[in-house]
Amino acid sequence: MNFETIIGLEVHVELKTESKIFSPARNAFGSEPNTNVNPIDLGYPGTLPVLNEEAVNFAMRAAMALNCEIATDTKFDRKNYFYPDNPKAYQISQFDQPIGENGWIEIEVGGKKKRIGITRLHLEEDAGKLTHGDDGYSYVDFNRQGTPLIEIVSEPDMRSPEEAYAYLEKLRNIIQYTGVSDVKMQEGSLRCDANLSLRPIGQEAFGEKTELKNLNSFTFVQKGLEFEEKRQEKELLSGGEVLQETRRYDEKTKETILMRVKEGSDDYRYFPEPDLVPLYIDEAWKERVKNEIPELPDARKKRYIAEMGLSEYDADVLTSSKQMADFFESATKAGADIKQTANWLMGEISAYMNKHQKELEELPITPEALAKMIQLIEDGTISSKIAKKVSAELLENGGDPEKIVKEKGLVQISDEGQLREIISGVLKDNQQSVTDYKNGKGKAMGFLVGQVMKATKGQANPPMVNKILKEELEK
Amino acid sequence: MTAISKEQVKHVAHLARLDVSEEEAEMLTEQLSSIINYAEQLNELDTDGVEPTTHVLDLKNVLRKDEPKDWITQEEALKNAPDKADGQFKVPSILE
Amino acid sequence: MALFDYTIKQLEEKLQNKEITIEDLVNESYSRIKEVDGDVQAFLTLDEERALSQAKQLDAATEQSGKLFGIPAGIKDNIVTKGLRTTCASRFLDNFHDPLYDATVTEKLNNENAVAIGKLNMDEFAMGSSNENSGYTPTRNPWNTDYVPGGSSGGSAAAVAAGEVLFALGSDTGGSIRQPAAFCGVVGLKPTYGRVSRFGLVAFASSLDQIGPITRNVEDNARVLEVISGLDPMDSTSADVEVPAYTEELTGDVKGLKIAVPKEYLAEGVDPEVKETIISALKVYESLGATWEEVSLPHSKYAVATYYLLSSSEASANLARFDGVRYGVRSENADNMIDMFKKSRSEGFGEEVKRRIMLGTFALSSGYYDAYYKKAQKVRTLIKQDFEKIFAEYDVVIGPTTPTPAFKVGEKTADPLTMYANDILTIPVNLAGVPGISVPCGFSENGLPIGLQIIGKHFAEGTVYRAAHAFEQATDHHTKRPQLGGAR
Repeated sequence: MNFETIIGLEVHVELKTESKIFSPARNAFGSEPNTNVNPIDLGYPGTLPVLNEEAVNFAMRAAMALNCEIATDTKFDRKNYFYPDNPKAYQISQFDQPIGENGWIEIEVGGKKKRIGITRLHLEEDAGKLTHGDDGYSYVDFNRQGTPLIEIVSEPDMRSPEEAYAYLEKLRNIIQYTGVSDVKMQEGSLRCDANLSLRPIGQEAFGEKTELKNLNSFTFVQKGLEFEEKRQEKELLSGGEVLQETRRYDEKTKETILMRVKEGSDDYRYFPEPDLVPLYIDEAWKERVKNEIPELPDARKKRYIAEMGLSEYDADVLTSSKQMADFFESATKAGADIKQTANWLMGEISAYMNKHQKELEELPITPEALAKMIQLIEDGTISSKIAKKVSAELLENGGDPEKIVKEKGLVQISDEGQLREIISGVLKDNQQSVTDYKNGKGKAMGFLVGQVMKATKGQANPPMVNKILKEELEK
Repeated sequence: MTAISKEQVKHVAHLARLDVSEEEAEMLTEQLSSIINYAEQLNELDTDGVEPTTHVLDLKNVLRKDEPKDWITQEEALKNAPDKADGQFKVPSILE
Repeated sequence: MALFDYTIKQLEEKLQNKEITIEDLVNESYSRIKEVDGDVQAFLTLDEERALSQAKQLDAATEQSGKLFGIPAGIKDNIVTKGLRTTCASRFLDNFHDPLYDATVTEKLNNENAVAIGKLNMDEFAMGSSNENSGYTPTRNPWNTDYVPGGSSGGSAAAVAAGEVLFALGSDTGGSIRQPAAFCGVVGLKPTYGRVSRFGLVAFASSLDQIGPITRNVEDNARVLEVISGLDPMDSTSADVEVPAYTEELTGDVKGLKIAVPKEYLAEGVDPEVKETIISALKVYESLGATWEEVSLPHSKYAVATYYLLSSSEASANLARFDGVRYGVRSENADNMIDMFKKSRSEGFGEEVKRRIMLGTFALSSGYYDAYYKKAQKVRTLIKQDFEKIFAEYDVVIGPTTPTPAFKVGEKTADPLTMYANDILTIPVNLAGVPGISVPCGFSENGLPIGLQIIGKHFAEGTVYRAAHAFEQATDHHTKRPQLGGAR
């Protein structure tokens, strides 16, 4: 029997407002435990929530960027469950009137474009953080409690783990563009749960699904789903059945492991939050938020191709992260050649980022510095070879390319007299190559150029070296 | 027939994180049943098309500016905690 | 005449004329507490040192300022007070010595320089109508200590009636200010929902709870409400409606006032003695030039069921935070998390609280939500509309506050439903969110006070006060004092 894989994803994204969604405590990552909290976050008796306007704006912005319809009448509800990191024992969330519904994003896998539906996007509060000590106790830090969170639920539209990966990449990219979140999985500002089920090809009804939790990277999402796909298939083919359960992906064994079997659906006893009044989002408000949405990746990509003459591939890579695209535009705005800038970003700079596992914004190099460096190449002050040294310095320590060139004595030698002198020395020391060249071995030319470069520590102006060498050899 | 069974009472007690003994469960079954039976009188009323009331006042869009404000210290946050260590609230393990 | 027989305004003059000091007032409070509170049990937490030091500070102040300057006040123990233990009369919060912050109303009292004498006894988490559900000792009725003071603000009403404080703050979810005020022969107002901030009021049922004043006379009540009312940015449900000078509405003039008397409020189940007293009160109004007519609030009889479903549902969520993680008493008999939750809650909560949490959890649970919770929300709409119809034609609704005067301790504890039925006349007011006051209007044959309930439109506290004040000035019930330890 052949099966079709059905995948749906639930993604949680923390919004980077200044303060929390229902309290004026600071919304910040990485602080000392329980320092960004107040009695409201701690669920102290008598405290009440008051909604942060910016959290609503951010949620709307994200929802619009994901092509959702924005609700006109919406409200908050209490989701009841006990857990030590859930201080009120209810989470303020949205049950039946989410702020956004019926959205979609477009992904591309194997050259094929596909739309993935977004069922809903709702606004809620994050919980605190529970860690387990090896002393038989658990510890709670409530700094994260009350961080505004959007939950984005996809339609079960994905048919392979690869599509799930592409969906996540695209989703992260769009949200990053909107500027409402850092969307960093390693800091937990983006988290993902995945549902997977199989059904015999041709069958309409969905099979029983399992839920994967605690997925720490997009790669693990894909790997976990791949494992789960095979596990379920094996189970079904051997006459077994898939149970409704929650599983986690173990990074070491590369397997999914059972966490718990779900007994019916959890009873969260949702009811309308009496401490918060309804939200009415009129057209003017929607319009205001719409105008705050910056150009999104697909639009930018189109513009790069149409207006800047970039290839589809280059435009795709450059817009794959907002930082990269912003950097690219700033550098070209500062006067750098478009193609050169693209090459440096996709070549040298991306390689450095990969090697050091760093984000572009963490690097000391600025778009202005890159632009200046490209200009130094163009006006012949430095060779492309020397530029690699300059860029290495810029990536490591930052600074002004002109200064770096001067301080390190990297200026290109373009003085003809000086070059002739160096070249005649090289020729004298390499008589054999000169003879070889004269005997028609063209290769010898390359060797001699190399020797000149070596003698000048790479600073010789390459076209001039070529020209003078030729002249000297033809003499 | 009671309006709520003893098994349901035990399930509800678990949802509410309350410990009930057999004896308490029996008493609660009886008391809750009589209260629920009493509440059944609401079914005499036809409420089709009646909007439910969550808020008696017609308030909308009560919002706060996104401005952080310092309030309490870490020491105060932990002041009333039954158990604490290293700036955190200490609780028995979630593992049974 | 004892100091607390004067109005706040009169005491203000005496303080201005240096006839008395604030220290005198605080001492009066504490000496009376020492004298009678062993019998009344109105207070859960006292801090004489703190009160006296504040009194001395205020006495030494060069300028006398604040609408409640130096006035001794009691605060119901479900209203949080920074640095002062707040238990809600629950064993769960026995060790809650510092709630870290002041409720908005507490802050407002502080701003007007009232002196907090202590925290007042109540039914645990405000669930009850007799104070017998206090996790500590039940408060007794100062008029006869064999009787209950009412609840849940029984401590607040009893303390004012016994002359231990000049005024107290209570909270009212289904009658918890008005019913004890009626039982104790004092004046208690539940404001319009949204009139007074709930920030710092430990929530029982968020959509119904309101804080209000309990005093010995209408004028003081109006003065305290002026202080505690108003929009609060910390409470999303507080209303942006201007706070009028309520004390200036007390003109004594009710000529032409149109009174509606719901026939359901004088129906079967209402004690004949009470009914009679209310009829005489209506005659007083007639003599003052007001008119009254019988009307109907047809959905009143569904109010109790509606109320218990809604309030218990909200309470089941509101009280879930008492889990033993961040504050409160954690059970020592737990070795895992679920156990800690269950044992801490079960050991900390009393019977009635557990019962209501159970009822609320059930009403919200999967498969029952529509039949119980949502149904009750719809009936709430009908009850609210009943009042809207009446208020389209009438200025106030008048009836008894309670079907009977105070009952004996232990008389109604066996069956929860009998106890719940006691709130039948106060509950509709909370469901509709309108303001209601209870003022003394007579005594039963065995000397227990009877309360007259006056209900107004949303934010029409001024009219309610005017009607209450006119009646009070035309009668002398409010001047009567219980004979406890010698009348004071």
